[in-house]
Amino acid sequence: MLKDLLGWIGGFPPLVQIPVVILAFLVVIALVLFFVEIAPRSGRNYTIIRLVVAVAVPALALLALGSIWWGIAIAAVVGGLFFLLDYRSREGKGYILQLVGFLAPAFILVIIGLVYPTIQTIIASFQSSRGAFIGFDNFAWIFSQPENLVTIRNTIIWVLVVPVVSTIAGLAYAVFIDRSRGEKVFKILVFMPMAISFVGASIIWRFVYGYRGEGSQYGIINGIIVALGGDPVNLLQQVPLNTFLLIVVLIWVQTGFAMVVLSAAIKNVPAEQLEAAEIDGTNSFQRFWNVTLPGIRSSLVVVLTTISIASLKVFDIVRTMGTAYPDTGVIANDMVTLLQKFETGRSSAFAVLLFLLVMPIVIYNARQIKKQREIR
Amino acid sequence: MSVAPVDLPIAGTGKGAIERADTGSITKRTKKRLTSRGATIASLIIALLWTIPTFGLFITSLRPQEEITRSGWWEVFTKWDFTIENYQTVLANPDIASSIINSIAIALPATVIPLVIASLAAYAFAWIDFRGKDFLFVGVFALQIVPIQMALVPLLSLFSRGFQVAGDPLFEGFRGAGEYTQVWVAHSIFALPLAIFLLHNFITEIPREVIEAARVDGAGHGQIFFRIVLPLTVPAIASFAIFQFLWVWNDLLIALIFASGAASPITRTLAELTGEFGQNAYLLPAGAFISMLIPLIVFFALQRFFVRGLLAGSTKG
Repeated sequence: MLKDLLGWIGGFPPLVQIPVVILAFLVVIALVLFFVEIAPRSGRNYTIIRLVVAVAVPALALLALGSIWWGIAIAAVVGGLFFLLDYRSREGKGYILQLVGFLAPAFILVIIGLVYPTIQTIIASFQSSRGAFIGFDNFAWIFSQPENLVTIRNTIIWVLVVPVVSTIAGLAYAVFIDRSRGEKVFKILVFMPMAISFVGASIIWRFVYGYRGEGSQYGIINGIIVALGGDPVNLLQQVPLNTFLLIVVLIWVQTGFAMVVLSAAIKNVPAEQLEAAEIDGTNSFQRFWNVTLPGIRSSLVVVLTTISIASLKVFDIVRTMGTAYPDTGVIANDMVTLLQKFETGRSSAFAVLLFLLVMPIVIYNARQIKKQREIR
Repeated sequence: MSVAPVDLPIAGTGKGAIERADTGSITKRTKKRLTSRGATIASLIIALLWTIPTFGLFITSLRPQEEITRSGWWEVFTKWDFTIENYQTVLANPDIASSIINSIAIALPATVIPLVIASLAAYAFAWIDFRGKDFLFVGVFALQIVPIQMALVPLLSLFSRGFQVAGDPLFEGFRGAGEYTQVWVAHSIFALPLAIFLLHNFITEIPREVIEAARVDGAGHGQIFFRIVLPLTVPAIASFAIFQFLWVWNDLLIALIFASGAASPITRTLAELTGEFGQNAYLLPAGAFISMLIPLIVFFALQRFFVRGLLAGSTKG
């Protein structure tokens, strides 16, 4: 059903598929919104509409997905139960159906694509690669191998250095160029790395870190070293310098993100507050520290959080640039390497470790969200 | 929002306020804050440091093949030697042209679909009260960390084989459902947690009175979402759309798993170009530059939304 429809659309030229698919999707969403709008209205006709929608939509959805008849029947029954639940809801009729309309699309996708694999991963982390339960052996293995400890140390270095440096650099840059002449051009220059894929970035940085034993250098750092009369250095071979060299690449990419978001936040700091501070005789640094910075606090938290998570998950850079060099491993990359060796248990244990590392960030943000709720 | 009181001792700041006030338009001065010489130099240095690597690639892309492998790109300043041959070769390759189209066909729906779905969910999290809301929201937020690599295998088997219960299908899979379908769905799923989190931050900051007023006027959640929340969040949505577009455009991992053969986007084609024993390595700089072009155009086109809007509900907090 749905498959055939998509297959039929898939026969169109690619550039025709784009508007067709987007329009079809928007029509579906518009129908959802329309139903959500009329759901809480009272009257017999609306009750009938609610009943029909509650029963028909899940059934039709499964029909579209190509389900067998009893699957469709169960979906219809579940829909009917939802209708009953909704009919007796304390918050008024239509309340639950509205909620389902808003949340179901996101939740279904997230459960299929993220929650289910996460649970599977957690279970696998307590199993051997053959599926036998082995308790904490995989974790014991992680902490017993010296090279794994290096990997964990590296991951922690990444997550501490990248967010802090790129946020500070992005913030400083955003402040310095704020309202200056040519601000747009300045922005583009630092934003550009964001527009470059990691494939492109690895090529770019090859021409920075590159090393040749003798003769003409092609990496600019060694070019400078040789021009100054030194001997070329195989930079990515130097432990622990090489990890920091790879970190520079991610900082180079993420600064653009921080800069763009923080620049927008800075422009939203009310001018009156800055004027008031100026009248009070503060210098520009004090104004920045006492007015601008508190004004963009929530943006700073978001930027730091997002970049922290990106650096915990860093994979492409290490994969494309670092694998040939010693001691550059990070958890996200080792995970894939283990997976490719069919070591699902150990790989999953690394994934669980990654979840644990991110916990402090999640808890901090959760408290932040709660605080925000209380202010409102 | 609480702004830290500016009650610093004037004595410490050197010149007093009166002197400054005499010079007239304070507003102008305030607006020009921090554009001192030091700041200008610092920003020039940052701009330079950030641009040099890309600039080097750009120069390299314009050099003849034998020069690229022989010497560093900066030597071009002593020995002037440019060619556009690399670009011609890349563009003449039919794979490149079709994979740019593939990238567009993947990136646009993979930007629109998660954004719309995420803004629906973000609205519910922000403005509909229900039990367990905070818990669920934190859960969605935490899902950001799920490494995509972990989710790929289960998703791939779901897409290719469908979902069966006791041998009977509940979902028949996406085999034969068009080349892009599974790429769209995969990208949409992985984008949702971050999109919901960021859009929620913004949607909660719409003043409560605005929403209440609409409710009093008889608007339901559907109308409030469509007529009030959506227009007010356009800047935030546009900002996120830029990032999502860039991420999808530059993605290699999902492309490697889900976009096979004829649907291969530009990143994958470029990566394969390098893979062929490096013999085509000299074409990569030109290829990388061509693939950057469209994201930069998108950024230019939507840049004004960054200024008007705030990705993350900036001022309140």
